[in-house]
Amino acid sequence: MGRKLLSYEQKDTWIDRLCGVTKLIFFLCWSITSMMTYDTRVLIIMLVISIILFKISKTQWSQVGSVFKFILFFLCINIIAIYLFSPAEGVKIYGTETILLGSGRYALRAEQLFYEFNIILKYFTVVPSIFIFIVTTNPSEFAASMNRVGIGYNAGYAVAIALRYIPDIQGDFRKIRNAQMARGIEMSKKGKLTDRIKSTTAIIFPLVFSSMGRIDTISTAMELRSFGRHKKRTWYMARPLKRNDYITIAVSVLFMIIALVITYADGSRFYNPFI
Amino acid sequence: MKKPVIEFVNFTFKYRTQVEPTLYDIDLKIYEGEKILIIGPSGSGKSTLSNCINGLIPHIYTGEMQGDVYICGKKLSETSLFDISCMVGTVLQDTDGQFIGLTVAEDIAFALENDCVPQKEMFARVDEVAATVEVKDLLESHPGELSGGQKQRVSMAGVMVRDVDILLFDEPLANLDPATGKRAVALIDEIQKNTGKTVVIIEHRLEDALFCDADRIIMVEEGRITADMTPDELMSTDILIRAGVREPLYVTALKSAGVSLKPEDEAGQISTLHVEPYAETVRTWYHKQPEHQKDTPGDEVLSVRDLSFSYDGNKKVLEDVSFTIHKGEMVAIVGKNGAGKSTLSNLICGFIAPDRGEIRLNGEDISPLSVKERGERIGLVMQNPNQMISKSMIYEEVALGLQVRGVPEEEIKERVNSVLKICGLYPYRNWPISALSFGQKKRVTIAAILILEPDIMILDEPTAGQDYRHYTEIMEFVKEINEKSDTTLIMITHDMHLMLEYTDRAVVIADGHLLADSTPAAILTNDAITDKAYLKRTSLYDLSKACGIDDADGFTEAFIRYERAHREEG
Amino acid sequence: MKNKFTIQQVVAAGIGTALFVVLTETQIPVVIVPNTALQVRAALLAFIAAVYGPVVGGIVGLLGHALGDAFFYGSVWWSWVIPDAVFGVIVGLFSKKFLIREGGFGGKQIALFNIIQVVANAIAWILCAPILDILIYAEPANKVFGQGAVAFICNAIIIAVLGTLLCFAYSKISTKSSSLQKED
Repeated sequence: MGRKLLSYEQKDTWIDRLCGVTKLIFFLCWSITSMMTYDTRVLIIMLVISIILFKISKTQWSQVGSVFKFILFFLCINIIAIYLFSPAEGVKIYGTETILLGSGRYALRAEQLFYEFNIILKYFTVVPSIFIFIVTTNPSEFAASMNRVGIGYNAGYAVAIALRYIPDIQGDFRKIRNAQMARGIEMSKKGKLTDRIKSTTAIIFPLVFSSMGRIDTISTAMELRSFGRHKKRTWYMARPLKRNDYITIAVSVLFMIIALVITYADGSRFYNPFI
Repeated sequence: MKKPVIEFVNFTFKYRTQVEPTLYDIDLKIYEGEKILIIGPSGSGKSTLSNCINGLIPHIYTGEMQGDVYICGKKLSETSLFDISCMVGTVLQDTDGQFIGLTVAEDIAFALENDCVPQKEMFARVDEVAATVEVKDLLESHPGELSGGQKQRVSMAGVMVRDVDILLFDEPLANLDPATGKRAVALIDEIQKNTGKTVVIIEHRLEDALFCDADRIIMVEEGRITADMTPDELMSTDILIRAGVREPLYVTALKSAGVSLKPEDEAGQISTLHVEPYAETVRTWYHKQPEHQKDTPGDEVLSVRDLSFSYDGNKKVLEDVSFTIHKGEMVAIVGKNGAGKSTLSNLICGFIAPDRGEIRLNGEDISPLSVKERGERIGLVMQNPNQMISKSMIYEEVALGLQVRGVPEEEIKERVNSVLKICGLYPYRNWPISALSFGQKKRVTIAAILILEPDIMILDEPTAGQDYRHYTEIMEFVKEINEKSDTTLIMITHDMHLMLEYTDRAVVIADGHLLADSTPAAILTNDAITDKAYLKRTSLYDLSKACGIDDADGFTEAFIRYERAHREEG
Repeated sequence: MKNKFTIQQVVAAGIGTALFVVLTETQIPVVIVPNTALQVRAALLAFIAAVYGPVVGGIVGLLGHALGDAFFYGSVWWSWVIPDAVFGVIVGLFSKKFLIREGGFGGKQIALFNIIQVVANAIAWILCAPILDILIYAEPANKVFGQGAVAFICNAIIIAVLGTLLCFAYSKISTKSSSLQKED
């Protein structure tokens, strides 16, 4: 729990001023595109755009640095795992085999390198967009805007409550863990598995059960202030969509369509340089 | 003629899950613009009464009702909860639970959002109410950045934004430090005077609540209303003592001196009390009190030297704090919320490391010790026992600390049983913890720490939110532990009664600095200290001055000693 | 989802999600298999779903996983988010049978809870996750099924132990027993 969580920081850029819903639509279009496509050209363009947006959003390295290192670590493991499990996956995908080095099962193939390069690209097209989304979106306004994309206000409010109480519960977690540590109960990496599960319960149980008690208090408080009275509700933090929002939404959707058309033009989601 | 806005007619209520009714034959009228204080011990039914006023009964908590309740002339059982909540605004005790919005402005606007009020109108109304409760500069703040008092004011704004007729406060003082509590009560009073709304306050901290200038006090005991009178009348009876609600200190002091108060003495507040006729009696009583012999302090147990700490390297949370605690002492660490009290206890327990300074235990520097090693010598008992208890049975919970240290089962059994006996829990040893009361759970958590035989035990707000009876029960138990097991006790608190009645010394922290280290009586009669530390000067100070006793500190000290002796006898 | 969604459920979904997010990094490492850990949050999800039903279970799985990954790891792997939602829904569908809040979570319910959680885990991790991984990321089949199987085993174990314990303990504290007697 030592690492800093990603969180919103107010900055005065045009990305910041966009509505939460606009950013959500952009983020969804972007994610879908990056999930569907394996076209190297599209991925490279997306990566370049991501980096430019990241610059424009004035997101600072200190805000995301530690998380980024973690992702790199994770990515490396995944890349290696793919190679170990299936060193010729690229051959299957691209239909040719160009051995660069060695022989046998783990021979280094150009197709495999290219395939894994595409995976890395895929990662890096999405990561900056998530950074930007979290760091530039005011959680309050985001909850208010979810309503606009057809998500019921009940679900929207569940998100708002989650965001509201994450810091509180994190504080409780820290307090409980400290007190139990002083009693000699540690969540250490040593010892038998059953012992480790036992010491985890000493921290998890009080945390979960005291939070369950909270559910009743919060429900009562919401009840007394008429939550759920009407089929609709208004939002204090709602922002009207402005010109920039419409432009961004249009560009996002258009980009998604074009990217997917380019990708699937030849009937495959992969861009194949080997034929 | 004034019209009643809340009317109970021969009302009896029984919760669905209970066998006996919680309220019996309630007949009560509260008139428009009145300020009513409802008091009574825990479990007396006062919360049930408040749940009937805000409509949670019968709409959320179901049960059997007889008789009727009318809110603003509308019959409770036939009015929807939505409609009732437009007439009655409830400020709950748990301000964190009531603060639903991500920011102050959103939380205030919450009810308006649910009523589908257009955004533009919301902005105006939120601004207006925020100004009334003085949180206008905080509109964009997150709940984590606010103090308890500020959160409470936001809660008030959140219900006032609807222009309700009745404001209902459920134990508004429970989580506030004394000065903030006083301000909250003053604000309630001011709002009532400016708007003419009806105010109902449920509270057991009577002395602080009386500051709101209540019109009537209603005492609830065992589901029945046993008193309905003005504060002045109430002070001239023994109803409070009989019901187990704490009297204001100056009233107890007057009664101890042999004064019998009459309604026309206006003893409802110290500022209105006519003390002249009794000054002589009080003075005589004071001079008769035996001189106090100062105990010689024991050996040093804990010594803190020049302790400094900051989270970010810039803003100091603690700066150059030094003090010493001796063996067998009971010491209070006091100061307003956020003054650095918890940081201090976190440093002592080793959860965080100081930037500078050292902590010595029995003369030995403890900085090389791990949290676990310190835990065997410095025990920490959290404020909320539910956040400490992880086992379902008492025996297992108390044994846990020894089990993880690999103590043989035979020895564990012996030590658990002996600790359970000390803590008065032995008869319950095979009970599930869920069957225990809050006070008993507190005992379990204290027992679970005591079993490690620490030199020092730190208790974080041991009595927060407890009524007088439970407070006394917990604190008498704590005192017994101190005497029987010779454990040194540090209590982090903002309860001034606890400080006065149960500690020998208080260490006052304000804005990260050590402000005072003296006897509680000396601290609570010193304006310079109480103001800075958000404490409240004790009413005994005013009483002694009014009676022509210059040594207010000595008077307070004498009264507290008299009280202690009295308690030990009876 | 409109009127059947009670305030309690909205709050439970919110608080459940918050707990899930906070517990994201609370893992119990397994020594035998490197780089795998028992996810404490999986047990929490099973517990919340078993108490509050499919809607809350689904939301906590979906939102909790997405937000937790986004806040802690700066990335959202939808192929692993959706299986958690599926798991929450499946366990939640049987919530009425577990009698947790009624205090009736005993031998029969424990057996049922574990059968359902194992089946739900199998559907989520051996079926959903690998298929989504192949569809979205075109990852090698043997790798993702291997990964799925490990996740399945880890989650089934932690839920069988910690999840069952959570349900059992909560069931006990939800009801008060009245036949207690003091002993000397």
